[in-house]
Amino acid sequence: MLTPTALPTAKKSVVSRLVYAIWQHRTLYLMLFPGLLYFIVFRYGPLWYTQIAFKDFSPILGVEGSPWVGFKYILEFFNSYYFSQLMTNTLIISLAKLIFGLPLAIILAIAFAETRLRFLRSSVQTITYLPHFLSWIVMAGVLLALFSPSEGLVNKGMGLVGQDPIAFLTDPRYFVAILVGSDVWKETGWSAILYLAALMSIDPSLYEAAAMDGATRWQRIWHISLPGMLNVIVLVTLLRLGGILDAGFTQVFALYSLPVYSVSDIIDTWVYRQGIQNFQLSVAAAVGLFKGVIGLILVVVANRIARKVAGTGLY
Amino acid sequence: MVKSFGSRGDKVFDFGLNFFLILVLIVTIVPLSYVVIISLKPLVMPNQATPLVSFGAYIELLAQPSFLRAALNSFVLLVGGVTLNMVLTTLSAFALSRKSLPGRGVILAFILFTFLFNAGLIPQFLLIKNLGLLDSLPSVVLPGAISVYNLLIMIAFLQNLPESLGEAARIDGASEFQVLWYVMLPLSKPILLTVGLFYAVNNWNEFFLPILFLSDKDLMPLPVVLRDILSSLNSAEYVDGNRQATIAPPDAIKMAAVVLTTLPMLMVYPWIQSHFTKGVLLGGVKE
Repeated sequence: MLTPTALPTAKKSVVSRLVYAIWQHRTLYLMLFPGLLYFIVFRYGPLWYTQIAFKDFSPILGVEGSPWVGFKYILEFFNSYYFSQLMTNTLIISLAKLIFGLPLAIILAIAFAETRLRFLRSSVQTITYLPHFLSWIVMAGVLLALFSPSEGLVNKGMGLVGQDPIAFLTDPRYFVAILVGSDVWKETGWSAILYLAALMSIDPSLYEAAAMDGATRWQRIWHISLPGMLNVIVLVTLLRLGGILDAGFTQVFALYSLPVYSVSDIIDTWVYRQGIQNFQLSVAAAVGLFKGVIGLILVVVANRIARKVAGTGLY
Repeated sequence: MVKSFGSRGDKVFDFGLNFFLILVLIVTIVPLSYVVIISLKPLVMPNQATPLVSFGAYIELLAQPSFLRAALNSFVLLVGGVTLNMVLTTLSAFALSRKSLPGRGVILAFILFTFLFNAGLIPQFLLIKNLGLLDSLPSVVLPGAISVYNLLIMIAFLQNLPESLGEAARIDGASEFQVLWYVMLPLSKPILLTVGLFYAVNNWNEFFLPILFLSDKDLMPLPVVLRDILSSLNSAEYVDGNRQATIAPPDAIKMAAVVLTTLPMLMVYPWIQSHFTKGVLLGGVKE
């Protein structure tokens, strides 16, 4: 280790005190260095390449050499017919997941807290947390087992009552329901953890007092449990609304196919196909950047509101 | 909490409650078990000679060099990825959990911004391409080397540990590395297990980055190969020679591939399950 020669005497100015404080923490900066380098290269590095959103990218001229075209590509996207379709699909899928998923997670958390059968409670918890850890590719396999027209459990069941098999996974009439349903199936148990934590932090004497006054279980849930979870519910809802443009890229990517593009193509999947498969890098980058900027604004606004309404935010 | 027993309304309520939970249990278990049931079907047409249950699909898959190759790639990505994740996250979290660190607020804001803003897929692709990482395994693990969420819950955990412990060790002449290794890490087992599990699952499940950055088929991990099997893209490789090369893999093969891909995770899940709820709550209700 180096000997701090000029250091203890240099306690006069703010600057020298700061230098001293930094020197004191040199080992911590050394520990932070690899992580910081990661953030600079892999999280901030891509920002440099967002310039191609405003350029006419040509692989020969490269990122830096391609000519500037300003907002040409993003305006082209706004005026194209994809725009309204992609926005509609993204919003419908996102909102439906929120509307169906949120109440079910709350109900599940209440059921966990209320049941007197501890064994039932812990086994349901263990089993319902599990799907959260499955990848969407594995989920594609599970959905195939359930819904494929030949071997699918659902179609076999319908066959017993004389129904013709339905190709649920490739039929635009059912595909959004498959997306929403599979997301709810996979994530509800896991999302219930947060609400359960809120329930556990409610003062038990509130329930005792209400029981003394003759409140039924329903009344206790309605007047004690739900208000006790309200802040968490508000927070989660606002943050989900802040991320409304993230309709679940990996899920849609793993499950969709050409016949259901019309109902399931979302901003992210379009960016992937347009940019990586069709090599339209500029327009894809422009749309991705548009989504990123709107997403940033929405999350910041949602966080502001959450801080005001629920008293706590994401950051 | 104390609840009055006995009243008729209460019994109806309890019955409904437990019925609901059992329903949830069934709805969750049935699809998963059906996958296993299909995977155990014999590969040839059932007749008197073939058994009802067979491990034929598993045996056939495990005899495919391309499947084994993918499993090996997945393990390499898992071990390499998690090591990188944990070292970077732990070191950064330890430094950033020290409130006296000059510039801590600015650095945290710098990191948090990347959590809120995503420049999109195309710039990320161009970055990896220009770094010359395309078609190499590091391209799959480096972009996600630190998860901001995991970093934040680890910082929150370390901040909640009594500061006096580290102080005492430092007064006794311990270096920061020694404080981290001998004092903080032994106390951080629950958060290390939780964050380690999250990272392990992410690495094991990752299928998009390999599709995006790798084109060499020999580098593909299990989920990508599973995707091909499920969509029958490369069916010829997964059925044995005496069948027609163009037919799709039988459902048993598809579902056996699903089971095999999930199996390593299923084996560690019960062991680690009791730890992670604590970690999640810590992240969710961070102070």
